[in-house]
Order: sequence, then C-alpha cells, then structure tokens
Amino acid sequence: MNFFHRIRALVIKELQSIVGNPSSRALLIMPVILQTLLFPNAATLEVKNASIAIYNRDTGETANELVQRFAQCGAFTEVIPVHSQEELAESIESRSAMLAVSIPEDFSRKIAAGETGPVQVLLDGRRSNGAQIAMSYLQTITETFMKDRAAEQGRTIPSETITRYWFNPNLDFKNFLLPNLVAVITTIGALILTALSVAREREQGTFDQLMVSPLTPEMVMIGKGVPAILVAFFQATLILLAAVFIYDVPFRGSLLLLYLGMFFYALSLVGVGLLISSVCSTQQQAFLGAFSFMMPAMMLSGFASPVENMPKWLQMLTWPNPVRHFVEIVKEVFLKDASAERVLALIVPLAAIGFCTIGCASVMFRRKAG
Amino acid sequence: MKGEHRTSNERAAVGFSLRRLKALCWKETLQIFRDPSSNLIAFVLPLVLIFVFGYGINLDTPVLRIGLMNEASGTEAEGFAKALQGTPSMDIRRYQDRKSLEEDITNSEIRGFVIIPEDFSRRMKQTSDTAPLQVVADGSEPNTAQFVSAYINGVWQTWMLQRAEDRGEEMKREIALEPRYWYNPSAASRNFLIPGSITVIMTVIGALLTSLVVAREWERGTMEALLASPVTRAELLLSKIIPYYVLGMVSLAMCVMAARFIMGVPFRGSALALFVVGSFFLLSVLGIGLAISTGTKNQFNAAQAALNAAFLPAMMLSGFIYEISSMPAFLRGVTHLIPARYFVSSIQTIFQVGTPWKVLMPDILCLMASSAFFLGLTAKLTKRRME
Repeated sequence: MNFFHRIRALVIKELQSIVGNPSSRALLIMPVILQTLLFPNAATLEVKNASIAIYNRDTGETANELVQRFAQCGAFTEVIPVHSQEELAESIESRSAMLAVSIPEDFSRKIAAGETGPVQVLLDGRRSNGAQIAMSYLQTITETFMKDRAAEQGRTIPSETITRYWFNPNLDFKNFLLPNLVAVITTIGALILTALSVAREREQGTFDQLMVSPLTPEMVMIGKGVPAILVAFFQATLILLAAVFIYDVPFRGSLLLLYLGMFFYALSLVGVGLLISSVCSTQQQAFLGAFSFMMPAMMLSGFASPVENMPKWLQMLTWPNPVRHFVEIVKEVFLKDASAERVLALIVPLAAIGFCTIGCASVMFRRKAG
Repeated sequence: MKGEHRTSNERAAVGFSLRRLKALCWKETLQIFRDPSSNLIAFVLPLVLIFVFGYGINLDTPVLRIGLMNEASGTEAEGFAKALQGTPSMDIRRYQDRKSLEEDITNSEIRGFVIIPEDFSRRMKQTSDTAPLQVVADGSEPNTAQFVSAYINGVWQTWMLQRAEDRGEEMKREIALEPRYWYNPSAASRNFLIPGSITVIMTVIGALLTSLVVAREWERGTMEALLASPVTRAELLLSKIIPYYVLGMVSLAMCVMAARFIMGVPFRGSALALFVVGSFFLLSVLGIGLAISTGTKNQFNAAQAALNAAFLPAMMLSGFIYEISSMPAFLRGVTHLIPARYFVSSIQTIFQVGTPWKVLMPDILCLMASSAFFLGLTAKLTKRRME
C-alpha cells in the first residue's frame, strides 16, 4: 500500500511538472501537430508534378499519339516541348525536366514497316529514384499503347501481366508514412522527456533530495517512467486519430495489439532515456545524448528507407534499435492486420531492450546514490 | 587596426582590433574543444551520421525477395519460372499453396509474388487468347512495390522476346524505350543520397552547435560581460562566426572525402565550386544558429528551435530524400525560403555532373542572399541587446 501510495505521489508530481508548465506543455503538443501537418504532405517518394521534356522529330501519326499519351499522364504536369538535342540536354542539366524523351524522324515509318521504333529517354541520375519510377510510368503507357494498337489491328499478344498492390492498392505514400510517424514522433517526446527530467532534477539539486527520501532508486525510476509512457500514449493516439480521420489511412488491425506493442515500445524508450540521463549531469548533455541516439535510431528504423536495403552487417546492428521494431508493428497492424503471433514476435526484442536498459540504468542510479 | 596602438585599459569600443578578434576566436575555439558535449556534436556526430546515411539510407533494394507459385504444368510455365530464378536481383522462393504465400507477404517475409495460373501454358499456345500472369506486390512499402512490379515486368518482357526468338517467330516490339540515366548510369540512389546527407550534417554543426554554445554564454552571463568590455559588435560576431566556419568547412571536407574514398560516390566537380557553395551555405546556417541563440538566450529553447527551424526543414524540405516537385504547391513555395534546398541541389550537381557554373549560379546567389539575411538579422538582434 505504502509502495503504491508513494509511486502515485511521485507520478502526480511528475505529471504536474510536465503539464503545469506552459512551455513544456506546448513542447509536447506543438511539434506533434506541426509534424503531423507537415510530414505527410512533404515526405513522399511518389512522382507527382514532374516535368517532362519532349523532342519529337517525327511528324507521323504514331509518334504524335505516343507523345499525346505521355503528356496526358497524371504524374507529368509540365510538358516542355524542345526543338534541338542541345535544348534537350540542357533541360536535364538545369533540372528543369526530370526526364526527356527524344523521338527520331523515322519512328512512325519504321513501325509502319514492321520494325521496332526506338524512343530515347534521358533521365536525371541526380534523382535516380524518382526517375526510375517516372520511367516505369512511361513503360506502362507504351505497353498500353502497343496493346491498344494490337487490338485495333485484330492481333492478340500471347501473355500479359496483371499487377495488384496488396494492403495499399493505389500505392498511396501517405498510407505508408503515417503509421511510421506514429512511431517516429512518439520517440522524440518520450525519450527527451525521460532523459531531461532526471537531468533537470540533477541541475536543480532536487535529485539528491529524492535519493535521500524513503524512495528507492527503482521507485524514482518508475515515477519518471510512468508519465513518459502516458505522454507517449497520448501523442501516439493524436497521430493515430489524425491518420485515420484526417488522412483517411485505413486501420485494418487490432487496436489492442497496437497499444500492447506501444506499451513495450514506450518502456524501451524510457529505459534508453533513463540510461542516457544516468550518465549525464546537465540538461544540455542529456539533450545532446538523446539527440545523438535518436538521429541514427530513426534513420535506421525503416522509416526513411527499408531495413532490407541495408548491408547485412548493418541490418544486424539495427536489432537493438527499438524504433525499428515498433515501426514494423505499427505498419503491419495498421495496413496488414498482423496476427497476434506476429506482433508478439516483434514485441520480444522490445521487451528485451527495455529490460536491459532499465536494468543498466538501475545499476547506474544505485551506484550514484550509494 | 587602430586598436593595436592603444593600450588595453583605454576605452577602445570604437574601431576594430585584429588582436582582440584573434583572442576572442582563440577563446571560442578552446571552448569548443574543452566541452565534451560540443566535441560530440562537432566531431563524433558528423562521422556517425555520414556512415548512417551512407550505409543506412538506400532506396534501391539489392535483392528483392519474391514468392513464386507455379500452378501450371508444361514447359512454357516452367520456362518463365526459370527466367525469374535466373535474375540476380531477385531471391525467388517457391511456394506450393496460396495460404503460405499470403502469410509470408503479411509478415513481410516476401515483398511480392508471382502466380502462374493453371491454364497458362495452354493459353499461351492458343494464338487467339492472352494468357494472364498474376503479380502481387506489397503496397505497405510503396517504393519497393514499384520496383517489384517493374522488375518482374522486365523479366517477363525479356522472356517473351527470347521465347519468340527460340521458336523462330518474328516477334518485334513495336516501340522500344531506351532509357539512359545521365550522370548516374547505374541509377544508384546512394549517389545522390550521400551528397545530400552532407546538408543535414552541416546543419547540425552550423545551427545546433552554435545555437547551443552561444545560448550558454547568455545563460551564464558571460555574454553580458563581453558586451560590457571594449569588444565591438563586429568583433563579437566575427569571433562567433570564424571558428565555427572553420569547423564546418573541415567537416565538409571530411564528409566529402568519406563519400568519395570510403563510399565510392563519384565526385566530378571542382574543389572551388564546393568551397564557394559550402561557404555560403555554412554562413547561412551559422546565421540561423546565431540568430536563434541571440533571440532565445536559453540553451534548451535554442536547441528546440534549432531542431525545428533548421534541422527538420533540412531533412524534410530540402529535396535530399523527398523530391520537391512532388510536394503540394504551398510547400514547394516554402522550400524556396530554406537555404538547405539550394545546397542540396548544388552539391548533388557538383558530385554528379561537375562544375557547370551556369547551373550553379542561381543557387549560389540564393545562398549568398540567405547568408546575408541571417547574419544581418543576428547583427540586428545583438545591437538591441547592447543598448
């Protein structure tokens, strides 16, 4: 009874110091709102509003129709007609076009004669990812064009591929990004909060007072951890609501599993935060420590680019990174309705990280207190 | 240089003293080296980040894990399966039932699968019929999904042509697109991501480090002490700019070396162009960092502000990972106010294209303007404090 009473008092005190202070309150909500509004609009690997330069030397019907079809593609909003090879090269070099199409004089004639009509496509290698996607759009348009022509002439092609995208039929990048944001934004709040709250008490000298009180170091840690977990839940719920109701991302999985994963994620963050704060004596050091952990952890989480694209040794190194596991949990629960076994399998590393970091932090605190 | 002829107890607030400036710069340098946390940001973090960005951020999947289920019998179907398995960029796993296929794509074990339907071989043989081939890609990784479908389609097309040739048939594609990736023939995303990531690293040094260190001076009251001394405003500002400028340029050089010699990103431009572009970008972010710290005068707020005003825009809105042209019109407008945008596009050009001054010039002019603006803003803020 005494134990819970003390912890409750400590948690209330912590929450008061977080919520009671207008600037720290703003710090917990403002970045979440700002980032939820900004990120999904800014961060996209889709190709939209791209510019395409077209140099058409052929006056034939086939070439004209192909150019028409390229220009009508929704991803290319700007079509730059160019009239020489130099202009074509310059449009790429100066970045005014992402890709440039060049159709030779004899294009239509060759096709009419039953030969292959070549189309040269120049792409800006400085933006090779977008350029590759744009190239696949051109490929699809050309494919459809040839099929339509075959149908007109009463020919059939022997085989065709029918592609479906599961879990995200239109490959909407927002459906990928928002679940990721639930993980990424929660990290900032929970980690910095835990790391700084201990450092602040150290700076103000109140940490020693806590240590000489009847509270054990473990109780102090729980007192610091519970509010951070509550804040993480609060922030994650905000983004979750925004994802579903503002951005219309379909939520297919189980909320219970998501929050279960979130609990262990928050726990592992609290562990990392406490561990950082146990070796720092000032707020500045704690902030920088948290930042130095957070940056690589976020970059190597699969949010910026998939973990499977990394070299094998780096993939192994991402194992102790809590963000990586939670990114997977949110994304799979959100879009793929992941099974309980799958989520539990992803929770195991989170629990392990939490256990290790909290254990180490507790040893460090005892040493400092003793 | 008048100051050098005066003795130190003279009230020499007027006039510029090179000696005082040197002393101030030296003090600033010592401050950076003595504090472990600024050491961390100045030296450790840039190296960690270049390696994290260099190896961790990659938009190209080296080997795609693809499931394959061949429901058909017959040589046609098996021929296509062989063609898929022979592609080095794909790790093809054979499946016998749809249930385990679905399970594995849900658990992200595979990123897509191909189903060759039962009647595939038969319908291939009938000239009046088109045999469908089912391709499914995991849309929860949209970028990878694009490549899954593009790669499988590529294999399929090559196989179709090969098959026609083997049968002695005249099957010509009517139209052949011949893509050529300029500057980056293998279309490796690392070649533009690594140069772009230098932007983020320079921002960390220029904005985060300066804002923290200068805010600390305000917090501790040593800034007021400096302002009360004969030090002029120009000397004070220069003493904050010069050491961090040198530090930033050293780390730029370090990052470029690491990118070129360790990660093998081709560098085709000139050192002069790099120096010019790097200098003006660094001065801009230094200006932002100094303006923030002078405005907030508090370490914690300064760090938060630097994170939100310099770091996040450099990550999200600079075009380093996410293409600016794909953003909505409003955000595209906002990116024009962010110095990182101009640096990303010019450093990518310097690395990949070379030194086309005509292309670089507009970016350089924008960076000059932004550095003048932010340094001027700092000067203005500092002036107010002195009164």
